[in-house]
Amino acid sequence: MAKAKSAADTFKQTALPKVPTGIYGFDEITAGGLPKGRPTLVFGVAGSGKTVFAMEFLVRGALQYNEPGVYMAFEEGVDDLTDNFRSMGFDLEGLRARKQLVIDHVLLDRGEIRETGEYNLEGLFARIDQATQSAGAKRIVLDSIGALFFGLSDAALLRAELRRLFRWLKDRNLTAVVTGERGSGTLTRHGLEEYVSDCVILLDHRVNEQVSTRRLRVVKYRGSTHGQNEYPFLLTPKGVSIITVTGLALEYKAQAERISSGIAGLDTMLGGKGYFRGSTVLVSGTAGTGKTSLASAFAAAACRRGEGSLYFAFEESASHLSRNMRSIGIDLERWANKGLLLIRAVRPTRYGLEAHLLEMEDLVAEFKPSVVVVDPLTPFGPIGTLIDIQVMLTRLIDFLRSNRITVLLTALTPGSPALEETAAGVSSVIDTWITLRELEVGQERTRTLHILKSRGMAHSMRLAKVILSDRGVEVLDGAIRAPEGKASRSRDVPMRRRSLEEARET
Amino acid sequence: MKKKRARHEEENNGTGGEEFVLRLYVSGATPQSTLAIVNVKKICENHLYGRYSLEVIDIYQELDLARRDQVIAVPTLIKRSPHPLRRLIGDMSNTDRVLDGLGVSPSE
Repeated sequence: MAKAKSAADTFKQTALPKVPTGIYGFDEITAGGLPKGRPTLVFGVAGSGKTVFAMEFLVRGALQYNEPGVYMAFEEGVDDLTDNFRSMGFDLEGLRARKQLVIDHVLLDRGEIRETGEYNLEGLFARIDQATQSAGAKRIVLDSIGALFFGLSDAALLRAELRRLFRWLKDRNLTAVVTGERGSGTLTRHGLEEYVSDCVILLDHRVNEQVSTRRLRVVKYRGSTHGQNEYPFLLTPKGVSIITVTGLALEYKAQAERISSGIAGLDTMLGGKGYFRGSTVLVSGTAGTGKTSLASAFAAAACRRGEGSLYFAFEESASHLSRNMRSIGIDLERWANKGLLLIRAVRPTRYGLEAHLLEMEDLVAEFKPSVVVVDPLTPFGPIGTLIDIQVMLTRLIDFLRSNRITVLLTALTPGSPALEETAAGVSSVIDTWITLRELEVGQERTRTLHILKSRGMAHSMRLAKVILSDRGVEVLDGAIRAPEGKASRSRDVPMRRRSLEEARET
Repeated sequence: MKKKRARHEEENNGTGGEEFVLRLYVSGATPQSTLAIVNVKKICENHLYGRYSLEVIDIYQELDLARRDQVIAVPTLIKRSPHPLRRLIGDMSNTDRVLDGLGVSPSE
């Protein structure tokens, strides 16, 4: 919290006024958004998300900040744009009808054009002027300005006119996003960065092994501090989602209310009261250690309180899950029939990460659960890079937290090292981390539980024994003790035989 | 759509009676605009005498029309007829280019 606050203070002190884009994560990495009343260049290869970024800047500006915008479209027509953005839930038609957005399609057909001497781009200036005045616009997008170079051949004249255009936009105090194509020798194809000196943003899109990854980097931001990293981002069906390293979930008010984990022994270990409401719980462990049992107990406990539970099952079907849990005395079917529990079983590979994210958010918005289980979050490996999965998870967790929803995630460890990193990558947003382990000693296998961390509470540091029986899940705190004089050093040190024997004796 | 039509039709080489419908977009009384008006009028009188109509339009007076006609550069001379549609941009001081753009041979 303290860190976030000091960052905000720094932002207040900077002289450069900024306008928030409303784009998820972007205003955080730029400490406030884009430079007010100045042009920003957003460039990248085709398909890197320039148009989405630019349009979202206008849509959010109009809806969230009461700043009408103008979209000068050099490539796509109004109908195409409207159709494409409808799928993102951006109602361009409605915005245009309410005069919050003006879209003007600038058509340049090189085949029709003959250059016969000196000219200027006064026609373009006049159009922009008319559009901005009719909307009372504060924001403007020129997408993509490179189209001018394609339509007109006098590069020297164009450069002079572009210089004049950017000055003109500045004089009118318009916050502008100008898009351009990435070049080979220079940053952009036509050296546009020479004219836009205030803020330059690079969007990158790569495809490795059929998995696409997107990165955003603030190349330059004059007069402002900004994040230096390459930030992964997703083009979610609701717009651009940029992930910052610190996570975004810092601003939410911490909840004091506690809710049961569904297991009395575990509640006792968690300071006697269970999880914090609205917190994020990670349960990690090897196969067969009881992750799903812990998750189900948690979901069922919420139902018992009369609260809604939403269970995302990514490995087994709803009927399999219900049957397996019945065997340990957890009756999920009963809660499902009462309408308190919704089990959504999906194969992770069925569609992409972004679609999964949307589906999960939509279902949460529709079902309005008080707890959400994601079991497990690890099988997303084949459909996204590690970093993209982290982006998705952080975004999801952030979304749930802002809705005061408690979420329990399970993760299989150690699978491949990458999957373990997935959990590690999101650990900064995890409030309570529980690890499950199976110890094999002689003829006996014992499930153990250990609370790695649990923010804001005095929790047990001891190794507990987990018993799964037809009476449910039992957690016996301290039932497994480290040998005398050797406090358990690390979770990675395997339990000694002796300590287990001691445990059996007690 | 205009593009497709333009590509498939042959250039009209000024084979007589067809009327040229021209629109010249200018911006106020700037030197480039004034020069373009003078040049276009001269070319029309010399090469298209009696078979052209020329409208001179100030973009700032007719913003909507200029937008519909996709006028980006100024001056722009639009040959609306005969097909294909052509946009000649510049002060029209290069007479050969203007004639070529209009599809008129210099000897006419």
